[in-house]
Amino acid sequence: MKKKWYDYLWIVSVLYLILGFFNILFAWLGLLCFFIPLGISALGGGKLYCNKFCGRGQLFELLGNRLGLSLKRTCPSILYSKWFRYGFLVFFLIMFFNMLIVTYLVWSGAHELSRTVTLLWTFRLPWHFAYPAAVTPWIAQFAFGFYSVMLTSTVLGLVTMAFFQPRSWCVYCPMGTMTQLICKQKNKKSCRSV
Amino acid sequence: MVKKYAYIPKENCVACGCCVKACPRQAVSVIKGMYAQVDMEFCVGCGLCAKACPASIIKQKEVSGIEEKMV
Repeated sequence: MKKKWYDYLWIVSVLYLILGFFNILFAWLGLLCFFIPLGISALGGGKLYCNKFCGRGQLFELLGNRLGLSLKRTCPSILYSKWFRYGFLVFFLIMFFNMLIVTYLVWSGAHELSRTVTLLWTFRLPWHFAYPAAVTPWIAQFAFGFYSVMLTSTVLGLVTMAFFQPRSWCVYCPMGTMTQLICKQKNKKSCRSV
Repeated sequence: MVKKYAYIPKENCVACGCCVKACPRQAVSVIKGMYAQVDMEFCVGCGLCAKACPASIIKQKEVSGIEEKMV
């Protein structure tokens, strides 16, 4: 099948991760990956973002299928169980709000800017090399926090890609879960049995 | 006659759309962003969607001629 422009959005995902090594402020662009899918679902476009435009999904597919980096084992049923998907979404949102609180504390002056990226919500990696001077501290803090979220989800996705199906991240992706919930809510009548 | 079809359990589908991309006959579609559905008229049971499904929930189901008429 002939490739469309959106089949190359994986390049944008790779660029995003690379740019974060040079200037952390590029992390702000990641907000697009939050607002676009939510907006599409809210406006009745279903899961068009996941289905066509998700660069991260395309990247996992490319690495897992084309480059053969996936063992392609059967996905364990726990990954698509409702409690795990919703549980992971809640956990993800709590950690996201935690990041917003830290940003607020830096803005209010109660907390000092931390030039680190936190991987898997645990490991603090020094990231001062990507910190440009003369930037309002809270703006940089949000960027460090947001990049941490994006890097963590990429690493998680890569791990499940390696063991299970290439796009196994899509099964428990919090954005995917949220957009599906929006769609179900919008079409309540036709999905009572789901 | 027994024919093979792809079967997608709605309740476990995450509607990612991988099966839609994999289907060579455009027999699969995501319904309003909720779940993927197979059009049995076009499905030939090739199993490509099952291979592509990241949740590994798509199964090949055998349907007899009588059942087929009922679907």
